[in-house]
Amino acid sequence: MTDTLILTARWGEKDTHTLASYRAAGGYAALEKALGLAPAAIVEEVKISNLRGRGGAGFATGLKWSFLPKDVRPRYLTVNADESEPGTFKDRYILEYEPHMLIEGIALTCYANDIHTAYVYVRGEFARQARVLEAALAEAYQAKILGPRLLGKAEFALDVYVHRGAGAYICGEESALLESLEGKKGYPRLKPPFPAVIGLYGRPTIINNVETLANIPWIVMNGGKAFAALGVGKSGGTRLFCVSGHVNRPGVYEKPVHYNLKKLIMEDCGGNLGGRAVKAVIPGGSSAPVLSASEIDVSMEFDALKAAGTMAGSGGVIVMDDSTCLVRALWRIAKFYAEESCGQCTPCREGCPWMEGVLERMEHGEGQAGDVDKLLQMANNIGGQTICPLGDAAAMPVQSFLKKFRPEFERHLAERRCPFGGEAWGRTQGTRPAFIGPAKS
Amino acid sequence: MPNPDPPTAGAWQDLPEDGVRRFDDELAPILRRYPEDRRASAMLPALRLGQEIFSHLTPAVMALAADRLGVSPARAEEVATFYVMFHTRPVGRHVVEVCTNVSCCLSGADRIYQALKEQLGVENGGTTADGRVTLREVECLGSCGTAPAMLVDGEMEEGLTLEKVERTVGDLK
Repeated sequence: MTDTLILTARWGEKDTHTLASYRAAGGYAALEKALGLAPAAIVEEVKISNLRGRGGAGFATGLKWSFLPKDVRPRYLTVNADESEPGTFKDRYILEYEPHMLIEGIALTCYANDIHTAYVYVRGEFARQARVLEAALAEAYQAKILGPRLLGKAEFALDVYVHRGAGAYICGEESALLESLEGKKGYPRLKPPFPAVIGLYGRPTIINNVETLANIPWIVMNGGKAFAALGVGKSGGTRLFCVSGHVNRPGVYEKPVHYNLKKLIMEDCGGNLGGRAVKAVIPGGSSAPVLSASEIDVSMEFDALKAAGTMAGSGGVIVMDDSTCLVRALWRIAKFYAEESCGQCTPCREGCPWMEGVLERMEHGEGQAGDVDKLLQMANNIGGQTICPLGDAAAMPVQSFLKKFRPEFERHLAERRCPFGGEAWGRTQGTRPAFIGPAKS
Repeated sequence: MPNPDPPTAGAWQDLPEDGVRRFDDELAPILRRYPEDRRASAMLPALRLGQEIFSHLTPAVMALAADRLGVSPARAEEVATFYVMFHTRPVGRHVVEVCTNVSCCLSGADRIYQALKEQLGVENGGTTADGRVTLREVECLGSCGTAPAMLVDGEMEEGLTLEKVERTVGDLK
């Protein structure tokens, strides 16, 4: 185990978002170093690093880059800063505290892949974060880091632009993001072709998450091998785990990618509020199948969580204690997908609001015999039946909650009421200090 | 439901001239971010700008964005009605948007949202009779560690308590 902090070491300190501060901490040295390397050597380092996408799918970053067709230009980089998966709140802090780390990662990625235009798609609600990034970009242009000549010397032009979204979870899906960037509503595209071949404006396009790219400078500086060594197996590095819900110290924790989930909750986050017991944990954003208390002693590495029947997803860990009504929690999750379904595919457009409705009546003591099986049937008819993974994301919570906590749903039907009452859900926790980077702890 | 008042191509000419001029001035640098033959890419920023200047997206404002980007007004309307941050109806002088997603609710957001509805006397999406505040329930804002969270006129407020929210919203003029 290691205490290496790649992304969060300076979070919470003053002025880390400025170019001067980033430079003083050794910033842009990786870009300086990279300009003396062959672009292909950088791609190779990233492959060796075992860096896997931090947005949700966990796809190998270096491999993704290698899917770009050899001789088609221009190519584009789009950075996914549409952080919207419930329970996920890490990219926003990278934008707030280390915007230049992201910009350097973008510059390295573009240099490695012969890309001269990058767009950062920032979700519309991140007004402050977009302002900080815009200011950092302006500084980088002013200092001639970006523009006609990379770092003011390389024969390599690079432009980076911010493109703000306007409130649509679906635009975090990569092909919907491209549609939105082209000025349309966010309807996901059929794949294949994948964006690496036909992406933005029909051109080869790399789409990477903010956290993914922010790791690139460290990899270039320290080597892919060192990054791989921080993790385990086919997953390298540290990753940002966002913990929310019923814990004493919620926040963003940078830990080795294979860190233990139970340890994170019970030790780092100080356990449950008021010493209550864990009831359920969603380990990777609201789309990830739920784990029961007996299942949380598990590595959070991508393949380990997959083997445990769930997924590492976006790193959003939502902790629910034994006061939580899981019918209510699932109802709220179903409502989210019903709200955010883009409407393109019938199973998702019709099925999500239907699931929400059944869960709502169940929570209010108006459920009908057979509702549990009906919910399962609906979820099974949405998952795998849609163009994009939002359908699966809506189905997985329903399937997993029912599989692991079915008696609680049956009890709502049998008693014709919520056995938890309204209090548990609405209980105000007051403000707890959140752990946002070590400097504030 | 069919829109009884669809945007027509020339409708933007009825907009106040100074507003249109400001729109054009501020749109120009934004357009430089996209390839020349891909002006339509600026649809989201153009609509955001239109909303900022004209307070909400009327058919005329949508037609203005469409005209400048070289697409049909229907395309602008399609986008304006897809994204939740665009208002196609009038809103109050202030917009308060409360997240009630799972992490926020585990920290008491439901109660905050209920209290705000009572304080303002409106339901979801409603505007107070004096036109002061529009209240909306919204999805995850990415502030789950510092939950509950809300947006006040687009700016994030985190670590909310009942008292803090009632004060903040009460102070809006």
